[in-house]
Amino acid sequence: MHADLQAARIVKRFGGHLAVDELSFSVARGSFFSILGPSGCGKTTLLRMIAGFIAPDSGEIHIGGRNMAGVAPNRRPVNMVFQHLALFPMMSVGDNVGYGLSRRGLPKAEIARRVGEMLERVSLAGAQAKRIDQLSGGQKQRVAIARSLVLEPTLLLLDEPLGALDLKLREHMKIELKQLQAAFGTTFVYITHDQSEALVLSDQVAVMNAGRFEQVGTPQQLYYEPQTPFVAGFVGASNRLGGRATAVQGDAVTLSNEQGLVLHARAVGAISAGDPVQAFVRPEATTLAREASALPANQPIYAGQVQSLLFDGANSALLLREERSSAEFRIALPQTGQFSDLQVGERVHFGFDPKQAVCFAAPPHAR
Amino acid sequence: MPAEANAARATAARPDNALQARLLFMLLLAPALLWLLGLIVLPHLELATLSLRERVAPRVYKLSLNQYRTFIDEPLYWHTFVRTAWMSVLATALTLLIAFPIAWTLAKLVRARAKSVLFMLCLVPFWISETVRTLGWMILLRESGVLPGLLVSFGLADTPPELLYHDATVLVGLVYTSLLFMVVPLTSALESLDDALIEAAYDLGGNGPSILWRIVIPHAAPGIAAGCIVVFMLTLGNYLTPTLLGGKNSLWFTEQIYTQFITRFNWEQGAAFGFLLLTLSTAMVWVGLKLSGQSFGEVMRR
Repeated sequence: MHADLQAARIVKRFGGHLAVDELSFSVARGSFFSILGPSGCGKTTLLRMIAGFIAPDSGEIHIGGRNMAGVAPNRRPVNMVFQHLALFPMMSVGDNVGYGLSRRGLPKAEIARRVGEMLERVSLAGAQAKRIDQLSGGQKQRVAIARSLVLEPTLLLLDEPLGALDLKLREHMKIELKQLQAAFGTTFVYITHDQSEALVLSDQVAVMNAGRFEQVGTPQQLYYEPQTPFVAGFVGASNRLGGRATAVQGDAVTLSNEQGLVLHARAVGAISAGDPVQAFVRPEATTLAREASALPANQPIYAGQVQSLLFDGANSALLLREERSSAEFRIALPQTGQFSDLQVGERVHFGFDPKQAVCFAAPPHAR
Repeated sequence: MPAEANAARATAARPDNALQARLLFMLLLAPALLWLLGLIVLPHLELATLSLRERVAPRVYKLSLNQYRTFIDEPLYWHTFVRTAWMSVLATALTLLIAFPIAWTLAKLVRARAKSVLFMLCLVPFWISETVRTLGWMILLRESGVLPGLLVSFGLADTPPELLYHDATVLVGLVYTSLLFMVVPLTSALESLDDALIEAAYDLGGNGPSILWRIVIPHAAPGIAAGCIVVFMLTLGNYLTPTLLGGKNSLWFTEQIYTQFITRFNWEQGAAFGFLLLTLSTAMVWVGLKLSGQSFGEVMRR
């Protein structure tokens, strides 16, 4: 597998703050690689180091096999789509897209031809003479991408480009971005704090926290097999339950806490009996039933009172308190409509497959 | 005034908020309108009539274009006129060149605290009256002054050179006086330039000069135009600086106007010169805006 981007032990400090902490990773040619993390996790710093706007304190970045140390941003085979796009308002759409080509000293006719072709490929054929402020949000997005891709970079960096769009357009642009990437075959490195963007778009996602990658994997791996409590908590919604491991058998852990909650989960990493642990149970991995007999008999069954109903179409859920421990659970409502008449205060039963719940040794600060 | 009387009657009969608001608006506008009418429009009308008459006998005047003909026939006058225009353009260009790095520093490079200190430093010279400031320049530059003395003591000159009464000296004074009026609109224009645009241009292969030419200057154009208009008008109409620093050699058109009005007591000729200067500044501003493709309204909003 050929890597278009390779980072080896890169470090960046701002004063005493370690923004990027000895990060090493590689991105395969033609893949869509996302860096997902909360704000302040160092992902923007990382992206700006790849683009060349800031230099790492130590470590090396190779792009397309070339060491980028001391190479200025305007000489790197990398282009960036900025957070607010940074289209040049003083130029027409055609001049925006042709800017990079004209900087390379191409003849005017050649620039016009390539700009025309590129605009066609992003379905903006004939928009050359338009002003930037005449474009819609989605069209601006496409111009920003066209402006970079026309230079045929080895790597396209995208800095949360969908952040400023409204929800509907964002959903639409997600699909468009994925299609564009597939059509061009350029390697995309995309940073975002929106897990849905990362999961939908990417071939590989790196979950970043406090300057380090917590886990790098396919969206499915991150979702189904989180390797750290941070990933389990950050990717997808989860019920986080703390307690001690009272029994460990292979990778099956029994967690109990002082409130009387007992649950079974799959251990990730080394856990021995007596350790403080954290378990994560996904709302959508939980089955809900009015009668206990309707739940699979081989799973533990819990009961609780509905505290509130969170109706959100396909993402509807309810909050309830488990009877014995009064622990709060968020449980996804199935889309079949059988719970559409559910009332607050009603008693319901729920259960989940212990294999679908993950359990980690609690990180020191959570003990 | 029937309108006001109507308004007053309406207010008395039926308290009307919209009407009160309009009255208040007119009241607030009144000083500006009075000022405009009394100090600008009326004197100019008077000047216009003055410039278009000729004295044929004591207290007998007739309509004539003679004052304007004198301007064309007398080489000294139009020579001074062209020279003033040219020097003003030069001073404006120099001010722009010097102000741009200052404005860039203020807008992009320094932090908020250093920025206010630097702005202060630009403002400090204006705490002193223009006359005193210009006299300060004279103390520095005259033959027995500070700078020629230094030149001699450093061995750069054998005898103290006379640094006053050169065109360059006049330009230095004019640029110095105008700098702030260029720095302020430029800084505000550059502050509104998103740094991401510069980074984006750099990322796409741009370098310093090309980013300056294609991104920074087009963005700052309204600010540049606003600064240039103000500086050009101030310079063209400046009297003190060219007179004191340039002496008899300065040949500034405002001096000609002064001479006609005060020394020669030829108000007709002075008025004609005044009108010519007004036409010149209007024409130059118009040409400048046309050349840079700016609209007056856009520039004045800065």
